Amino acid sequence: MKKTLGSIYLTLVLIFLYAPIATLMILSFNSSKSRSHFGGFTFSWYLSLFENEEIMAAFKNTIILALLAAFIATVVGTAACTGMVAMKKRSRSIIMGITNIPMLNADIVTGVSLMLLFIAARATMGFTTVLLAHITFNIPYVILSVMPRYRELNASTYEAALDLGAKPIYAFFKVVLPDLMSSVLSGFLMSFTMSLDDFIITHFTQGPGFDTLSTKIYSEVKKGINPEMYALSTLMFLSILILLFFVNYKPWTKQTVGEIKVTTKKEVIVSSAKGGVR
Amino acid sequence: MNNKRTRYVAAPYLIWSIGFIIIPLGLVLYYAFTNADGALTIDNVADIISYVNIKALILSIAFSIVSTALCLLIAYPLSLVLSSLISNSSSILSLLFILPMWMNSLLRTYAWQNILERKGVINGILTAINLPPLYIINKPPAILLGMVYDFLPFMILPVYNSVSRIDKDLINAAKDLGAGYKEIFFRIIWPLSLPGVISGITMVFVPSLTTFVISDILGGGKILLIGNVIEQLFTQDSDWNAGAGLSAVLMIFIVISMLITAKYDKEDIR
Repeated sequence: MKKTLGSIYLTLVLIFLYAPIATLMILSFNSSKSRSHFGGFTFSWYLSLFENEEIMAAFKNTIILALLAAFIATVVGTAACTGMVAMKKRSRSIIMGITNIPMLNADIVTGVSLMLLFIAARATMGFTTVLLAHITFNIPYVILSVMPRYRELNASTYEAALDLGAKPIYAFFKVVLPDLMSSVLSGFLMSFTMSLDDFIITHFTQGPGFDTLSTKIYSEVKKGINPEMYALSTLMFLSILILLFFVNYKPWTKQTVGEIKVTTKKEVIVSSAKGGVR
Repeated sequence: MNNKRTRYVAAPYLIWSIGFIIIPLGLVLYYAFTNADGALTIDNVADIISYVNIKALILSIAFSIVSTALCLLIAYPLSLVLSSLISNSSSILSLLFILPMWMNSLLRTYAWQNILERKGVINGILTAINLPPLYIINKPPAILLGMVYDFLPFMILPVYNSVSRIDKDLINAAKDLGAGYKEIFFRIIWPLSLPGVISGITMVFVPSLTTFVISDILGGGKILLIGNVIEQLFTQDSDWNAGAGLSAVLMIFIVISMLITAKYDKEDIR
Protein backbone atom coordinates (compact mmCIF):
# COMPACT_ATOMS: atom_id res chain seq x y z
CA MET A 1 0.00 0.00 0.00
CA LYS A 2 2.70 2.43 1.02
CA LYS A 3 4.76 1.50 -2.02
CA THR A 4 1.85 2.04 -4.39
CA LEU A 5 1.18 5.46 -2.92
CA GLY A 6 4.84 6.27 -3.32
CA SER A 7 4.88 5.21 -6.96
CA ILE A 8 1.73 7.18 -7.69
CA TYR A 9 3.30 10.28 -6.18
CA LEU A 10 6.49 9.74 -8.13
CA THR A 11 4.55 9.36 -11.35
CA LEU A 12 2.56 12.54 -10.69
CA VAL A 13 5.73 14.60 -10.18
CA LEU A 14 7.25 13.08 -13.32
CA ILE A 15 4.12 13.97 -15.30
CA PHE A 16 4.38 17.53 -13.97
CA LEU A 17 8.03 17.74 -15.04
CA TYR A 18 7.56 16.18 -18.46
CA ALA A 19 4.18 17.64 -19.48
CA PRO A 20 5.73 20.74 -21.10
CA ILE A 21 8.37 18.65 -22.85
CA ALA A 22 5.73 16.30 -24.21
CA THR A 23 3.67 19.30 -25.35
CA LEU A 24 6.63 20.73 -27.25
CA MET A 25 7.36 17.40 -28.88
CA ILE A 26 3.77 16.96 -29.99
CA LEU A 27 3.67 20.50 -31.36
CA SER A 28 6.83 19.82 -33.36
CA PHE A 29 4.78 17.35 -35.41
CA ASN A 30 1.75 19.61 -35.70
CA SER A 31 0.97 20.53 -39.29
CA SER A 32 -1.10 23.53 -38.22
CA LYS A 33 0.88 26.51 -37.01
CA SER A 34 -1.68 27.14 -34.27
CA ARG A 35 -0.64 26.13 -30.81
CA SER A 36 -4.04 25.07 -29.59
CA HIS A 37 -5.19 23.02 -32.55
CA PHE A 38 -3.56 19.83 -33.75
CA GLY A 39 -3.89 19.84 -37.52
CA GLY A 40 -2.31 16.48 -38.28
CA PHE A 41 1.05 14.79 -38.25
CA THR A 42 3.94 16.24 -40.22
CA PHE A 43 7.70 16.20 -40.42
CA SER A 44 7.87 19.48 -42.32
CA TRP A 45 9.14 21.57 -39.39
CA TYR A 46 12.09 19.24 -39.11
CA LEU A 47 12.90 19.75 -42.76
CA SER A 48 12.40 23.52 -42.85
CA LEU A 49 14.42 23.82 -39.65
CA PHE A 50 17.63 23.38 -41.58
CA GLU A 51 16.65 26.15 -43.96
CA ASN A 52 15.77 28.59 -41.22
CA GLU A 53 18.94 30.63 -41.13
CA GLU A 54 18.07 32.59 -37.99
CA ILE A 55 17.45 29.51 -35.90
CA MET A 56 20.47 27.70 -37.28
CA ALA A 57 22.67 30.73 -36.57
CA ALA A 58 21.34 30.94 -33.01
CA PHE A 59 21.96 27.22 -32.59
CA LYS A 60 25.50 27.55 -33.89
CA ASN A 61 26.17 30.51 -31.61
CA THR A 62 24.81 28.62 -28.63
CA ILE A 63 26.98 25.56 -29.21
CA ILE A 64 30.19 27.43 -30.06
CA LEU A 65 29.68 29.79 -27.14
CA ALA A 66 29.02 26.99 -24.67
CA LEU A 67 32.00 24.92 -25.86
CA LEU A 68 34.40 27.84 -25.90
CA ALA A 69 33.24 29.30 -22.59
CA ALA A 70 33.33 25.91 -20.90
CA PHE A 71 36.79 25.18 -22.27
CA ILE A 72 38.33 28.50 -21.22
CA ALA A 73 36.61 28.34 -17.84
CA THR A 74 37.93 24.82 -17.31
CA VAL A 75 41.50 25.84 -18.08
CA VAL A 76 41.41 29.01 -15.98
CA GLY A 77 39.48 27.33 -13.17
CA THR A 78 41.73 24.27 -12.95
CA ALA A 79 44.79 26.51 -12.96
CA ALA A 80 43.20 28.60 -10.22
CA CYS A 81 42.69 25.48 -8.10
CA THR A 82 46.28 24.41 -8.64
CA GLY A 83 47.49 27.82 -7.52
CA MET A 84 45.10 27.95 -4.58
CA VAL A 85 46.27 24.61 -3.22
CA ALA A 86 49.75 26.10 -2.84
CA MET A 87 48.41 29.14 -1.03
CA LYS A 88 47.99 29.87 2.64
CA LYS A 89 44.60 29.10 4.06
CA ARG A 90 43.59 32.73 4.46
CA SER A 91 44.25 33.89 0.93
CA ARG A 92 42.60 30.71 -0.34
CA SER A 93 39.41 31.36 1.59
CA ILE A 94 39.30 34.94 0.35
CA ILE A 95 39.47 33.72 -3.25
CA MET A 96 36.84 31.07 -2.55
CA GLY A 97 34.64 33.80 -1.13
CA ILE A 98 34.96 35.81 -4.34
CA THR A 99 34.26 32.64 -6.33
CA ASN A 100 30.97 32.23 -4.52
CA ILE A 101 29.69 35.66 -5.49
CA PRO A 102 28.47 34.78 -9.00
CA MET A 103 27.04 31.49 -7.73
CA LEU A 104 24.93 33.04 -5.01
CA ASN A 105 24.16 36.36 -6.59
CA ALA A 106 21.01 36.68 -8.65
CA ASP A 107 21.55 36.23 -12.39
CA ILE A 108 19.92 39.55 -13.08
CA VAL A 109 22.43 41.38 -10.87
CA THR A 110 25.36 39.54 -12.44
CA GLY A 111 24.00 40.32 -15.90
CA VAL A 112 23.43 43.97 -15.13
CA SER A 113 26.83 44.37 -13.50
CA LEU A 114 28.60 42.91 -16.54
CA MET A 115 26.55 45.06 -18.86
CA LEU A 116 27.65 48.17 -16.93
CA LEU A 117 31.26 46.97 -17.16
CA PHE A 118 31.09 46.55 -20.93
CA ILE A 119 29.41 49.92 -21.32
CA ALA A 120 32.09 51.54 -19.17
CA ALA A 121 34.77 49.86 -21.28
CA ARG A 122 32.96 51.03 -24.43
CA ALA A 123 32.98 47.46 -25.72
CA THR A 124 30.72 46.55 -28.61
CA MET A 125 28.15 44.09 -27.34
CA GLY A 126 28.18 40.83 -29.22
CA PHE A 127 29.80 37.44 -29.26
CA THR A 128 32.87 38.53 -27.29
CA THR A 129 31.00 40.20 -24.47
CA VAL A 130 28.64 37.24 -24.11
CA LEU A 131 31.62 34.88 -24.14
CA LEU A 132 33.38 36.86 -21.40
CA ALA A 133 30.19 36.83 -19.35
CA HIS A 134 29.72 33.08 -19.78
CA ILE A 135 33.32 32.34 -18.81
CA THR A 136 32.80 34.47 -15.71
CA PHE A 137 29.79 32.54 -14.48
CA ASN A 138 31.31 29.19 -15.54
CA ILE A 139 34.62 29.41 -13.67
CA PRO A 140 33.00 28.98 -10.22
CA TYR A 141 31.41 25.71 -11.37
CA VAL A 142 34.81 24.42 -12.42
CA ILE A 143 36.50 25.52 -9.20
CA LEU A 144 33.77 24.06 -7.02
CA SER A 145 34.06 20.80 -8.91
CA VAL A 146 37.87 20.54 -9.00
CA MET A 147 38.75 21.94 -5.58
CA PRO A 148 37.29 19.09 -3.45
CA ARG A 149 39.10 16.54 -5.60
CA TYR A 150 42.37 18.40 -5.12
CA ARG A 151 42.00 18.08 -1.37
CA GLU A 152 41.68 14.30 -1.64
CA LEU A 153 44.68 14.05 -3.91
CA ASN A 154 47.74 12.20 -2.79
CA ALA A 155 50.56 14.75 -2.90
CA SER A 156 53.30 12.14 -2.65
CA THR A 157 52.83 10.89 -6.21
CA TYR A 158 53.64 14.36 -7.50
CA GLU A 159 56.65 14.63 -5.20
CA ALA A 160 57.79 11.18 -6.25
CA ALA A 161 57.65 12.29 -9.87
CA LEU A 162 59.78 15.33 -9.02
CA ASP A 163 62.26 13.13 -7.12
CA LEU A 164 62.55 10.95 -10.18
CA GLY A 165 63.56 14.00 -12.16
CA ALA A 166 60.32 15.17 -13.76
CA LYS A 167 59.89 18.89 -14.34
CA PRO A 168 56.95 20.36 -12.38
CA ILE A 169 54.90 21.00 -15.52
CA TYR A 170 55.55 17.52 -16.85
CA ALA A 171 54.72 16.00 -13.47
CA PHE A 172 51.50 18.01 -13.33
CA PHE A 173 50.30 16.77 -16.71
CA LYS A 174 51.47 13.20 -16.18
CA VAL A 175 50.59 12.63 -12.53
CA VAL A 176 48.23 15.23 -11.11
CA LEU A 177 45.94 15.97 -14.03
CA PRO A 178 44.97 12.34 -14.73
CA ASP A 179 43.86 12.07 -11.12
CA LEU A 180 41.85 15.27 -11.41
CA MET A 181 40.45 14.41 -14.81
CA SER A 182 37.02 13.21 -13.72
CA SER A 183 36.32 16.37 -11.75
CA VAL A 184 37.80 18.57 -14.48
CA LEU A 185 35.50 16.88 -16.98
CA SER A 186 32.50 17.29 -14.74
CA GLY A 187 33.39 20.97 -14.30
CA PHE A 188 33.51 21.29 -18.07
CA LEU A 189 30.16 19.55 -18.52
CA MET A 190 28.53 21.65 -15.84
CA SER A 191 29.83 24.81 -17.46
CA PHE A 192 28.70 23.62 -20.85
CA THR A 193 25.16 22.90 -19.70
CA MET A 194 24.92 26.15 -17.76
CA SER A 195 26.03 28.13 -20.82
CA LEU A 196 23.68 26.22 -23.07
CA ASP A 197 20.68 27.14 -20.97
CA ASP A 198 21.59 30.61 -19.81
CA PHE A 199 19.24 33.39 -20.73
CA ILE A 200 19.36 36.22 -18.23
CA ILE A 201 23.08 37.00 -18.33
CA THR A 202 23.19 36.58 -22.11
CA HIS A 203 20.21 38.92 -22.42
CA PHE A 204 22.08 41.77 -20.75
CA THR A 205 25.40 41.25 -22.53
CA GLN A 206 24.25 40.44 -26.07
CA GLY A 207 24.32 43.01 -28.81
CA PRO A 208 21.92 43.58 -31.68
CA GLY A 209 22.19 40.86 -34.29
CA PHE A 210 23.65 38.30 -31.93
CA ASP A 211 21.29 35.63 -30.66
CA THR A 212 21.57 32.39 -28.76
CA LEU A 213 18.68 29.94 -28.72
CA SER A 214 17.49 31.37 -25.40
CA THR A 215 17.47 34.98 -26.51
CA LYS A 216 15.89 34.01 -29.81
CA ILE A 217 13.10 32.19 -27.98
CA TYR A 218 12.59 35.14 -25.66
CA SER A 219 12.23 37.54 -28.56
CA GLU A 220 9.69 35.21 -30.19
CA VAL A 221 7.53 34.70 -27.09
CA LYS A 222 5.22 37.66 -27.73
CA LYS A 223 4.49 36.87 -31.38
CA GLY A 224 4.48 33.11 -30.99
CA ILE A 225 7.37 30.72 -31.26
CA ASN A 226 8.37 29.28 -34.58
CA PRO A 227 7.45 25.56 -34.69
CA GLU A 228 10.90 24.89 -36.11
CA MET A 229 12.21 25.78 -32.68
CA TYR A 230 10.14 22.92 -31.22
CA ALA A 231 11.66 20.59 -33.76
CA LEU A 232 15.18 21.70 -32.92
CA SER A 233 14.74 21.31 -29.19
CA THR A 234 13.09 17.93 -29.63
CA LEU A 235 16.15 16.83 -31.57
CA MET A 236 18.49 18.26 -28.94
CA PHE A 237 16.56 16.63 -26.12
CA LEU A 238 16.51 13.25 -27.85
CA SER A 239 20.24 13.36 -28.54
CA ILE A 240 20.97 14.02 -24.89
CA LEU A 241 18.58 11.25 -23.88
CA ILE A 242 20.32 8.79 -26.20
CA LEU A 243 23.75 9.96 -25.10
CA LEU A 244 22.89 9.54 -21.44
CA PHE A 245 21.37 6.17 -22.13
CA PHE A 246 24.56 4.91 -23.73
CA VAL A 247 26.81 6.47 -21.14
CA ASN A 248 24.86 4.81 -18.35
CA TYR A 249 24.59 1.41 -19.94
CA LYS A 250 28.14 0.83 -20.97
CA PRO A 251 29.40 -1.18 -18.04
CA TRP A 252 33.03 -0.13 -18.41
CA THR A 253 32.43 3.58 -18.45
CA LYS A 254 29.77 3.52 -15.80
CA GLN A 255 32.05 4.49 -12.98
CA THR A 256 33.80 7.34 -14.68
CA VAL A 257 31.74 9.05 -17.32
CA GLY A 258 28.37 7.85 -16.11
CA GLU A 259 28.91 9.29 -12.72
CA ILE A 260 29.88 12.63 -14.13
CA LYS A 261 26.83 12.95 -16.28
CA VAL A 262 24.39 12.08 -13.58
CA THR A 263 25.93 14.23 -10.94
CA THR A 264 26.67 17.37 -12.93
CA LYS A 265 24.07 19.75 -11.61
CA LYS A 266 23.60 17.83 -8.40
CA GLU A 267 27.18 18.49 -7.43
CA VAL A 268 26.96 22.15 -8.25
CA ILE A 269 23.92 22.70 -6.14
CA VAL A 270 25.26 20.92 -3.11
CA SER A 271 28.77 22.27 -3.31
CA SER A 272 27.69 25.80 -4.08
CA ALA A 273 25.38 25.91 -1.12
CA LYS A 274 28.03 24.50 1.15
CA GLY A 275 30.70 26.80 -0.20
CA GLY A 276 28.45 29.75 0.41
CA VAL A 277 28.08 28.97 4.06
CA ARG A 278 31.72 28.51 4.78
CA MET B 1 52.99 21.00 -4.92
CA ASN B 2 53.68 23.58 -2.27
CA ASN B 3 56.24 25.19 -4.45
CA LYS B 4 55.79 28.94 -4.02
CA ARG B 5 55.79 29.57 -7.73
CA THR B 6 52.78 27.31 -8.16
CA ARG B 7 50.65 30.02 -6.58
CA TYR B 8 51.06 32.22 -9.62
CA VAL B 9 49.06 29.75 -11.67
CA ALA B 10 46.01 31.22 -9.95
CA ALA B 11 46.93 34.70 -11.17
CA PRO B 12 44.84 34.63 -14.36
CA TYR B 13 41.76 33.76 -12.35
CA LEU B 14 42.52 36.42 -9.76
CA ILE B 15 42.80 39.05 -12.44
CA TRP B 16 39.66 37.69 -14.06
CA SER B 17 37.65 37.77 -10.86
CA ILE B 18 38.72 41.31 -10.07
CA GLY B 19 37.89 42.43 -13.60
CA PHE B 20 34.63 40.57 -14.08
CA ILE B 21 33.23 40.08 -10.58
CA ILE B 22 34.49 42.80 -8.26
CA ILE B 23 34.70 45.78 -10.61
CA PRO B 24 31.25 45.11 -12.17
CA LEU B 25 29.66 44.93 -8.73
CA GLY B 26 31.46 48.14 -7.82
CA LEU B 27 29.98 49.69 -10.97
CA VAL B 28 26.47 48.66 -9.91
CA LEU B 29 27.05 50.42 -6.60
CA TYR B 30 28.56 53.44 -8.35
CA TYR B 31 25.58 53.83 -10.67
CA ALA B 32 23.22 53.12 -7.76
CA PHE B 33 24.53 56.03 -5.73
CA THR B 34 25.03 58.59 -8.47
CA ASN B 35 22.64 60.37 -10.82
CA ALA B 36 22.92 60.88 -14.56
CA ASP B 37 25.39 63.72 -14.04
CA GLY B 38 27.63 61.61 -11.82
CA ALA B 39 26.74 63.44 -8.61
CA LEU B 40 26.26 61.47 -5.42
CA THR B 41 22.65 60.73 -4.53
CA ILE B 42 20.59 58.12 -2.71
CA ASP B 43 17.51 58.80 -4.81
CA ASN B 44 17.96 55.67 -6.94
CA VAL B 45 18.03 53.38 -3.96
CA ALA B 46 15.32 55.31 -2.13
CA ASP B 47 13.19 54.94 -5.25
CA ILE B 48 12.32 51.47 -3.98
CA ILE B 49 9.63 53.04 -1.78
CA SER B 50 7.76 54.44 -4.78
CA TYR B 51 4.39 52.75 -5.15
CA VAL B 52 5.16 50.69 -8.26
CA ASN B 53 8.52 49.46 -7.00
CA ILE B 54 7.50 48.58 -3.48
CA LYS B 55 4.46 46.76 -4.83
CA ALA B 56 6.68 44.77 -7.20
CA LEU B 57 9.15 44.00 -4.44
CA ILE B 58 6.52 42.81 -1.95
CA LEU B 59 4.87 40.73 -4.67
CA SER B 60 8.26 39.18 -5.57
CA ILE B 61 9.00 38.32 -1.96
CA ALA B 62 5.55 36.79 -1.52
CA PHE B 63 5.87 34.79 -4.74
CA SER B 64 9.30 33.48 -3.86
CA ILE B 65 8.32 32.50 -0.33
CA VAL B 66 5.28 30.59 -1.58
CA SER B 67 7.11 28.94 -4.46
CA THR B 68 10.01 27.93 -2.19
CA ALA B 69 7.53 26.42 0.28
CA LEU B 70 5.68 24.57 -2.48
CA CYS B 71 8.93 23.23 -3.93
CA LEU B 72 9.93 21.91 -0.52
CA LEU B 73 6.48 20.42 0.00
CA ILE B 74 6.76 18.53 -3.29
CA ALA B 75 10.44 17.65 -3.12
CA TYR B 76 10.62 16.31 0.42
CA PRO B 77 8.15 13.41 0.14
CA LEU B 78 9.58 12.72 -3.29
CA SER B 79 13.06 12.37 -1.86
CA LEU B 80 11.77 10.02 0.82
CA VAL B 81 10.06 7.85 -1.81
CA LEU B 82 13.10 7.90 -4.08
CA SER B 83 15.52 6.95 -1.34
CA SER B 84 13.26 4.16 -0.07
CA LEU B 85 13.46 2.50 -3.49
CA ILE B 86 16.30 0.15 -4.32
CA SER B 87 19.49 2.17 -4.72
CA ASN B 88 20.09 0.92 -8.25
CA SER B 89 16.83 2.02 -9.81
CA SER B 90 16.83 5.27 -7.87
CA SER B 91 19.97 6.47 -9.62
CA ILE B 92 18.16 6.10 -12.92
CA LEU B 93 15.10 7.71 -11.39
CA SER B 94 17.07 10.67 -10.12
CA LEU B 95 18.43 11.00 -13.65
CA LEU B 96 14.81 11.22 -14.81
CA PHE B 97 14.34 14.21 -12.52
CA ILE B 98 17.43 16.00 -13.83
CA LEU B 99 16.79 15.27 -17.49
CA PRO B 100 14.16 18.01 -18.04
CA MET B 101 16.81 20.57 -17.12
CA TRP B 102 18.56 19.81 -20.38
CA MET B 103 15.72 21.18 -22.44
CA ASN B 104 15.82 24.93 -22.84
CA SER B 105 14.16 26.35 -19.75
CA LEU B 106 12.55 29.26 -21.60
CA LEU B 107 10.92 26.89 -24.01
CA ARG B 108 9.67 24.64 -21.24
CA THR B 109 8.19 27.64 -19.45
CA TYR B 110 6.61 28.77 -22.69
CA ALA B 111 5.05 25.33 -23.13
CA TRP B 112 3.01 26.00 -20.00
CA GLN B 113 1.23 28.68 -22.00
CA ASN B 114 -0.07 25.95 -24.27
CA ILE B 115 -1.08 23.82 -21.35
CA LEU B 116 -2.79 26.56 -19.35
CA GLU B 117 -4.36 28.61 -22.14
CA ARG B 118 -8.12 29.18 -22.46
CA LYS B 119 -8.23 26.50 -25.10
CA GLY B 120 -5.15 24.73 -23.85
CA VAL B 121 -4.41 21.16 -22.91
CA ILE B 122 -5.79 21.30 -19.37
CA ASN B 123 -9.04 22.93 -20.40
CA GLY B 124 -9.38 20.44 -23.22
CA ILE B 125 -9.21 17.63 -20.71
CA LEU B 126 -11.49 19.40 -18.23
CA THR B 127 -14.25 20.09 -20.78
CA ALA B 128 -13.97 16.56 -22.13
CA ILE B 129 -14.87 15.19 -18.73
CA ASN B 130 -17.53 17.86 -18.17
CA LEU B 131 -15.68 19.89 -15.60
CA PRO B 132 -15.60 23.69 -15.53
CA PRO B 133 -12.54 25.15 -17.31
CA LEU B 134 -9.64 26.67 -15.44
CA TYR B 135 -8.53 30.19 -16.29
CA ILE B 136 -5.23 30.88 -14.60
CA ILE B 137 -3.05 31.99 -17.51
CA ASN B 138 -1.73 35.56 -17.08
CA LYS B 139 -2.74 35.43 -13.42
CA PRO B 140 -0.60 34.97 -10.31
CA PRO B 141 -1.25 31.19 -10.02
CA ALA B 142 0.30 30.68 -13.48
CA ILE B 143 3.45 32.55 -12.46
CA LEU B 144 3.64 30.56 -9.26
CA LEU B 145 3.25 27.35 -11.21
CA GLY B 146 6.02 28.43 -13.57
CA MET B 147 8.32 29.17 -10.66
CA VAL B 148 7.63 25.85 -8.95
CA TYR B 149 8.13 24.06 -12.25
CA ASP B 150 11.36 25.82 -13.19
CA PHE B 151 13.04 25.64 -9.81
CA LEU B 152 11.76 22.30 -8.48
CA PRO B 153 14.85 20.35 -9.63
CA PHE B 154 17.01 22.75 -7.61
CA MET B 155 15.07 21.67 -4.52
CA ILE B 156 14.81 17.97 -5.37
CA LEU B 157 18.54 17.42 -5.87
CA PRO B 158 20.00 18.74 -2.60
CA VAL B 159 17.12 17.37 -0.53
CA TYR B 160 17.32 13.96 -2.18
CA ASN B 161 21.07 13.99 -1.76
CA SER B 162 20.93 14.56 1.97
CA VAL B 163 17.99 12.21 2.55
CA SER B 164 19.60 9.36 0.63
CA ARG B 165 22.82 9.77 2.61
CA ILE B 166 21.13 9.11 5.95
CA ASP B 167 22.46 5.89 7.41
CA LYS B 168 19.69 3.29 7.28
CA ASP B 169 21.14 1.67 10.40
CA LEU B 170 20.15 4.74 12.40
CA ILE B 171 16.55 4.33 11.35
CA ASN B 172 16.60 0.59 12.01
CA ALA B 173 18.17 1.15 15.41
CA ALA B 174 15.46 3.67 16.28
CA LYS B 175 12.82 1.16 15.19
CA ASP B 176 14.40 -1.54 17.36
CA LEU B 177 14.34 0.81 20.29
CA GLY B 178 10.63 1.29 19.79
CA ALA B 179 10.39 4.63 17.99
CA GLY B 180 7.27 5.27 15.90
CA TYR B 181 7.26 6.72 12.39
CA LYS B 182 6.62 10.20 13.72
CA GLU B 183 9.53 10.02 16.10
CA ILE B 184 11.87 8.61 13.48
CA PHE B 185 10.95 11.38 11.10
CA PHE B 186 11.19 14.33 13.47
CA ARG B 187 14.17 13.16 15.46
CA ILE B 188 16.30 11.47 12.82
CA ILE B 189 15.35 12.06 9.21
CA TRP B 190 14.35 15.73 9.38
CA PRO B 191 17.36 16.98 11.40
CA LEU B 192 19.80 15.01 9.27
CA SER B 193 18.28 16.27 6.04
CA LEU B 194 18.31 19.91 7.10
CA PRO B 195 21.54 20.91 5.32
CA GLY B 196 19.99 19.72 2.04
CA VAL B 197 16.73 21.49 2.81
CA ILE B 198 18.55 24.72 3.53
CA SER B 199 20.63 24.60 0.38
CA GLY B 200 17.44 23.81 -1.55
CA ILE B 201 15.73 26.84 -0.04
CA THR B 202 18.63 29.11 -1.06
CA MET B 203 18.70 27.63 -4.55
CA VAL B 204 14.99 28.29 -5.09
CA PHE B 205 14.46 31.50 -3.16
CA VAL B 206 16.98 33.74 -4.93
CA PRO B 207 16.05 32.89 -8.53
CA SER B 208 12.33 33.13 -7.84
CA LEU B 209 12.82 36.46 -6.08
CA THR B 210 14.65 37.93 -9.06
CA THR B 211 13.12 36.28 -12.12
CA PHE B 212 11.62 38.42 -14.83
CA VAL B 213 11.27 35.71 -17.44
CA ILE B 214 8.56 33.60 -15.83
CA SER B 215 6.37 36.58 -15.02
CA ASP B 216 6.88 37.82 -18.58
CA ILE B 217 5.94 34.54 -20.22
CA LEU B 218 3.18 33.30 -17.91
CA GLY B 219 1.95 36.61 -16.49
CA GLY B 220 1.26 38.12 -19.89
CA GLY B 221 3.34 41.17 -18.98
CA LYS B 222 0.58 42.36 -16.66
CA ILE B 223 2.19 41.39 -13.40
CA LEU B 224 5.38 43.25 -12.60
CA LEU B 225 7.88 41.65 -10.29
CA ILE B 226 10.98 43.49 -9.13
CA GLY B 227 13.01 41.65 -11.79
CA ASN B 228 10.69 42.98 -14.51
CA VAL B 229 11.05 46.53 -13.22
CA ILE B 230 14.86 46.29 -13.27
CA GLU B 231 14.92 44.67 -16.69
CA GLN B 232 12.70 47.40 -18.15
CA LEU B 233 14.79 50.16 -16.59
CA PHE B 234 17.90 48.78 -18.24
CA THR B 235 16.68 47.65 -21.64
CA GLN B 236 13.68 49.85 -22.43
CA ASP B 237 14.17 53.03 -20.43
CA SER B 238 18.00 52.97 -20.47
CA ASP B 239 17.90 54.47 -16.99
CA TRP B 240 20.99 52.71 -15.64
CA ASN B 241 21.13 54.68 -12.42
CA ALA B 242 17.59 53.77 -11.41
CA GLY B 243 18.12 50.14 -12.50
CA ALA B 244 21.38 49.90 -10.57
CA GLY B 245 19.68 51.43 -7.53
CA LEU B 246 17.03 48.73 -7.49
CA SER B 247 19.68 46.05 -8.17
CA ALA B 248 21.54 47.29 -5.11
CA VAL B 249 18.35 46.91 -3.08
CA LEU B 250 17.97 43.41 -4.48
CA MET B 251 21.54 42.62 -3.42
CA ILE B 252 20.60 43.53 0.15
CA PHE B 253 17.77 41.01 0.08
CA ILE B 254 20.01 38.32 -1.37
CA VAL B 255 22.61 38.91 1.32
CA ILE B 256 19.95 38.83 4.05
CA SER B 257 18.52 35.56 2.80
CA MET B 258 22.03 34.09 2.58
CA LEU B 259 22.83 35.18 6.12
CA ILE B 260 19.60 33.70 7.46
CA THR B 261 20.15 30.36 5.76
CA ALA B 262 23.82 30.32 6.79
CA LYS B 263 22.86 30.95 10.38
CA TYR B 264 20.29 28.16 10.45
CA ASP B 265 22.62 25.81 8.66
CA LYS B 266 25.32 26.24 11.29
CA GLU B 267 22.94 25.93 14.21
CA ASP B 268 21.29 22.79 13.00
CA ILE B 269 24.35 20.85 12.03
CA ARG B 270 25.63 21.07 15.56
